[in-house]
Amino acid sequence: MKAFTQHKGLVAPMDRANVDTDLIIPKQFLKSIKRTGFGPNLFDELRYQDEGQPGQDCSKRPLNPEFALNYPRYQGASVLLARENFGCGSSREHAPWALDDYGFRAIIAPSFADIFFNNCFKNGLLPIVLDETIVDQLFDEMYAEEGYQLTIDLEKQQVVKPNGETIDFEVDAFRKHCLLNGLDDIGLTLEDADDIRTYEAKRREQAPWLFDAVK
Amino acid sequence: MAGQTLYDKLWQDHLVKSREDGTALIYIDRHLIHEVTSPQAFEGLRLAGRKPWRKDSLVATPDHNVPSEAAERAAGVAGIRDEVSRIQVQTLDENCRDFDVVQFGINEPGQGIVHVIGPETGATLPGMTVVCGDSHTSTHGALGALAHGIGTSEVEHVMATQCLIQKKMKNMLVRVDGELGPGVTAKDVVLAIIGKIGTAGGTGYAIEFGGEVMRNMSMEGRMTVCNMAIEAGARAGMVAVDQITLDYVKDKPYAPKGADWDRAVEAWSQLHSDDDAVFDVVVELRGEEIEPQVSWGTSPEMVVGVSAQVPDPATINDATKRAGIERALEYMGLNAGQKITDIKLDRVFIGSCTNSRIEDLRAAAAVAKGQKKADSVKQVLIVPGSQAVKAQAEKEGLHKVFIDAGFEWREPSCSMCLAMNADKLGAGEHCASTSNRNFEGRQGYGGRTHLVSPGMAAAAAIAGRFVDVREMATAQSEGGI
Ligand code: SF4
Repeated sequence: MKAFTQHKGLVAPMDRANVDTDLIIPKQFLKSIKRTGFGPNLFDELRYQDEGQPGQDCSKRPLNPEFALNYPRYQGASVLLARENFGCGSSREHAPWALDDYGFRAIIAPSFADIFFNNCFKNGLLPIVLDETIVDQLFDEMYAEEGYQLTIDLEKQQVVKPNGETIDFEVDAFRKHCLLNGLDDIGLTLEDADDIRTYEAKRREQAPWLFDAVK
Repeated sequence: MAGQTLYDKLWQDHLVKSREDGTALIYIDRHLIHEVTSPQAFEGLRLAGRKPWRKDSLVATPDHNVPSEAAERAAGVAGIRDEVSRIQVQTLDENCRDFDVVQFGINEPGQGIVHVIGPETGATLPGMTVVCGDSHTSTHGALGALAHGIGTSEVEHVMATQCLIQKKMKNMLVRVDGELGPGVTAKDVVLAIIGKIGTAGGTGYAIEFGGEVMRNMSMEGRMTVCNMAIEAGARAGMVAVDQITLDYVKDKPYAPKGADWDRAVEAWSQLHSDDDAVFDVVVELRGEEIEPQVSWGTSPEMVVGVSAQVPDPATINDATKRAGIERALEYMGLNAGQKITDIKLDRVFIGSCTNSRIEDLRAAAAVAKGQKKADSVKQVLIVPGSQAVKAQAEKEGLHKVFIDAGFEWREPSCSMCLAMNADKLGAGEHCASTSNRNFEGRQGYGGRTHLVSPGMAAAAAIAGRFVDVREMATAQSEGGI
């Protein structure tokens, strides 16, 4: 996994609540058997004026001029500013894959849906929860100032505004450690293989019907 | 010490190791696999030279991409017309072969929507931890299991290690007491719950559904309720084990037999919250206050009773909320204050892991019997959740009732729940759907979904607009059907 330490980038808005995973990446793109290439279809139904199909050359499709990510001022954005319950809906990891492939490294919102939140960390994408009033303020500042950038310092757990002001954020110790070091959790878990085997042997004794039933 | 909740017990039973950083390794008993969220996980195993930790915990089936039309289905995987879908289903076949994973293939008797076949075969059981790369894995919690959706990286993680790295969730109890009125179903109960707590109301919680209404509900009804826990933001929903659970599980093909059954029943008898268990949040509803529900917007929390009206955003103070309602009304092509019963339907979909089990089809057939779909309704799809449900429905003659009513009887698949196969809504079309998500574009680009129970969907198919299924049922019994 890609490590995340510090990132400075242009901020773009996704200014609506309850952005669901179907909106982030519509189902027809889930037919891919790869992990990459979802970026051009991020927010497909909002971004383009036609219905997208997998494998299509998106550079020829009509863009929706009213969708913020299509505004010239947000081109090259890597920090997404969003509203409450971002990423609700399905477990599709294609959602963080699409955000990552588009170029986002961090998402700031007052709240995230659980599965999406968890999936982000597995892909080097940092979801940051900030107080609703702070998010409101960031939206105002971003709208007011073209080229508005934020710096995200994971080590210090801080978002740094252009004027140097800092905002602290919480992040789980384990997730932070993995993200800072770009660690693969499977390798880490397998360090505990003996504990897993011990548990498994005990479980097999207590509940043998859970083993070898489906063959 | 305070007693434990059902979730606390399931967590404790599967705890391999607590780590100092507050995370824990949780052992997974059953891992269900489908074609959409697994290819990248199998590829990850291959790249790392890893093998599944415990093959016998894996059960796979294709459901999302498979065609529902009998003609297209007949030739199996090779017959899937959409090439990208075909490759995905083929990839599942290849991965199951290469890694020696049990798969119920496209037209095999065990095939079906992954959340329908788990409980119906006994592949998912009380007391298990169940995961799947699919958010509606919460369904299996109806058995008294800890079941939740995971992302593809975690699919790979569970295959490689049999464990998940988790943080314990908080406990929420949703109590539905009293009694449901006639014509009011599990679907209405869960929609009413979501309407009350909101789509993020359960975020961070495992929800236990309890109270008299849940205790009296059939297993299939409990599955419908737990299925939609995720629509309230909760990864896991569950119901305590009782006699109804045991009667359901007994004699399922993969359920324990003989002495193992007796031991299992003894172990499962603990699977309920202790009387003195403490929940972080308790939400209460009264069964008799719930009427048949219809969603009007683009989030499952945008739901009202059938006798109500579409809300008026002008009455909402919160700006983000108001904007959300305005946007939803625009997308749905509805007017503020419009009566629900004035909404006309273009298509009707009865199926999905929420409502495609035999009881759902019986409920729809009871309404459709001797009736005809309205001419204005272009299509009514009935898509059984599994081969077993399909066979049972045909044995009971339900398919004839549907066909006589002008409905289409299809093959087991996810179908128009998410429109990954050929079954889709056209732009602007309104659909009465028994599925679980009414998100923009969910059932087809520009499509407009209204979530309802199977009976309500069948009634809408006949009337061409939403009607109160309870009035319909009265009319029918008066008419002597
Ligand atoms: S029926 Fe719908 S919600 Fe259920 S697994 Fe299939 S696509 Fe997902």
